[in-house]
Parts: sequence; C-alpha cells; structure tokens
Amino acid sequence: MAATEERKIYDPVTDTPLSYRREPDADPPLDYEPYKSTALRHPKQPLVYLPQTITEITGPQLGAARLAPGDNDLTRQHAAEPIGERMTLSGRVFDTEGKPLRNTFVEIWQANAAGRYLHKWDRWPAPLDPNFSGAGRCLTDSEGRYGFTTVKPAPYPWGNHHNAWRPAHIHFSLLGRAFAQRLVTQMYFPGDPLFEFDPIFNSVRDPKARGRMIASFSIHATEPNFALAYEWDIYLRGPGQTPFEETF
Amino acid sequence: MIFGSTPSQTVGPYFAIGLPWDGGPNAVDPDAPGAIRIGGMVHDGHAQPVPDALIETWGADPGGRFADLYDHGGPSETGGFRGFARCGHEDGDGSWEIVTLKPGPVPGPGGEQQAPHLAVSIFARGMLDRCVTRIYFSDEREANDQDPVLRHVPVERRATLIAQLAGNGSYRFDIRLQGEGETVFFAL
Repeated sequence: MAATEERKIYDPVTDTPLSYRREPDADPPLDYEPYKSTALRHPKQPLVYLPQTITEITGPQLGAARLAPGDNDLTRQHAAEPIGERMTLSGRVFDTEGKPLRNTFVEIWQANAAGRYLHKWDRWPAPLDPNFSGAGRCLTDSEGRYGFTTVKPAPYPWGNHHNAWRPAHIHFSLLGRAFAQRLVTQMYFPGDPLFEFDPIFNSVRDPKARGRMIASFSIHATEPNFALAYEWDIYLRGPGQTPFEETF
Repeated sequence: MIFGSTPSQTVGPYFAIGLPWDGGPNAVDPDAPGAIRIGGMVHDGHAQPVPDALIETWGADPGGRFADLYDHGGPSETGGFRGFARCGHEDGDGSWEIVTLKPGPVPGPGGEQQAPHLAVSIFARGMLDRCVTRIYFSDEREANDQDPVLRHVPVERRATLIAQLAGNGSYRFDIRLQGEGETVFFAL
C-alpha cells in the first residue's frame, strides 16, 4: 500500500490529535505461552478502559537533552571501526494516516556482528567488539525521516526452548508525539530463516502485521564501495476517528 | 486508517545498552524546589522482584502544564522541568525511583477535573507490549474520590494506583505485574 501522493506534515500548534485510534488487536498478547517469560509477567485481571485525556495525548520531547553529534553512526563511536557488514538503515516515521511525524525521538540498540550484546547479562560465548557499543539515537527530520549507520547484527541463541535462536534484529524505541503513541519494537531483516521458529516474532499473529516489522533491502539506497542499505518505515497510531470516540 | 501500525515487541533483557541514562530518572532537577521522589519495587506473578523492568512516567507540573511539543497550558514555571522520567538498570534489583514535580490537577473527560496523576509505561523482557498504569497520590484523597478515571476502577483495586506518602517528600509505589494485589493496568 505505497502512498505516492504528497503527505501532510503536522503543524505543531493546531494539528494536535485529540485522541488516538484504539487498535486492541494490533499488538501481540501479553499472555503468550510460546514465549516462556510472559508466564509470570502478564496481568491476569482485565485491563481497565482509560479515556485519552490531556495526559495521554501529550508527550515528552527528549531530543535536545539526549542527542550529541554522531549519535546516529554506531560505527564511529570508538577508536576504530567495528567488525561486520556495514549497513545504513533509514526510513520514515508516519502515523497510520500516512502523516510523517517530525522531531520524533528514535532510539536503537542491538547485538554486534557476532550476535553479542555489550551487556553484563549477555554471557553467550561470542566475542565482544571493543569498537562497538550498539546504541544509537536520532530525531526525525521535517519529513519524518530517520537514518543510522551501523553493522548488521547476527542471530544469537537464547534459553526459551531447546535450540532457540533469535532472528537478527535491531531494537527500536519511539516516543512519538504523545504518550498514546509510544512504541518499543524490533526490526528484522528480510528472508531470515529463523522467522518460523521465533516465538517473539510470531507473537504478532497477523502475517501482514509481522511483515511490517521486516525491513527491505534497497540497492538504490546502497552506498557504492561503502555500505549495504536497508529501509524500514514505522507506523505509529493515528488520530481517533471522531472527537466523540473518547466519551465514557 | 490507511496503514496498519507497526506492532510492539518486547524491550528484551538488554535495553540498558541504549535506553537509560544518568539523568533519565529526573523529570526535574532533584534540587529544584518541590521536587519529589517516587519509587518502589516491580514484582512478578511469584512476588519476585523484576530486575529488568524499564519504567517511564509522564505528567504535568504543579500548575497542570505539560512540557510537551505544544506547551499545553503554557510552559512550566520551573525551569528544566521535562515531565518525562525513565528508570531502568543494567543490573537491577527490582527497585525503581524517579524524581519529578507533584503534578497539579488537569482537565478530564466531559470538562471534569482529574486528580493529580502521572501516566506510567512498564516495559520488560517477557512483556510483548508495554503495560500502562497511573500513579495517584495518597495525600489527594478528596481529588482522588472525584477522579473520573479512578471512579471507573473497581473499588477494591483502586489502592494499587495510589502512591503512599512516605515522608521527606517521597512516595512509595509498588508495581505487581500479576497475582495478589495486581496493579490496575489500562487499555489505552
């Protein structure tokens, strides 16, 4: 469903949505048996309906406090370059109406090219890379665009079940423009043979929705003699349908 | 709706690589007049501490103003008030704490006032989506009784949403993801 027409840019003063569309089935269930750690970490009581008030339709601006030059290049945070398949990752952040979200804070973190995280709790015997920390940040531009340079993370084993391996992925965190738009997710790479075995990926039950977590390889965005390129657009919740939707 | 939204996935066990930072828990300078501390434990369905939870809070300043993109209600009078706090640890013990200003009342549905509150997101390994809750304050009993959101929470569960004044300008708010005393979570 590629939209080719010119997309409207939010006016930051007058175009504040008064509510965000509720999509109760858009996200994976909190209780999902194949992913074992959900067992003791999901609420068993029914969720209580929360009206979207000014608290939920506003949201933080974190960019200025958290951004330094070069934060979007994970290959230049140390004395030398990390080992691995250098890649760029770019795309746009939209709402589900197709409106780009500008000045939205995007954070990523990932394993290195051997599938190892620079984290005290990651103990699987793949090498750390002294030139790779694995975290990046940026703000979307006036067209909702973000971009990172990094190395491709590798799959890694985990303890969920016998011979469990996570498909290669990059973690994403987006603040959106409202508390109601907050999203933490994972971006996957096209054609990963581990997809069918991964309970986290498959916790999203709708195959089309799963597809929205997979980046595409782009030969056009590739930088000759420098880096392969992946592109991935992100869609945050859009405005509610009517202003009356949010009455009790 | 033209496009489907990008689905949520778990924050995983290794978010500390990218998300928390030293000043993250401080929605306002801890030395600012009126700064309060709110914290507690996060527990799972076996009442065990959850050491790898990420907590985020969002709320208004004492005048009911939000430090958001649109300056709702006008900019805060307390310089540096960010309204947003984030707390998570690489090697945690299940406890969390943030520093903010006590929010003032803000408008609610149908023109009613809402009692002072913070919006809260909880992320963790084993949670495929965030859980959303709210923090209200034990010293706002009258306002809490009138609050249009609390009124829709079953009476016997309301206490899970109320931070208890613990003296010294600090409040205690424990989060129980499952089981006895399970925190009320909201569908947003």
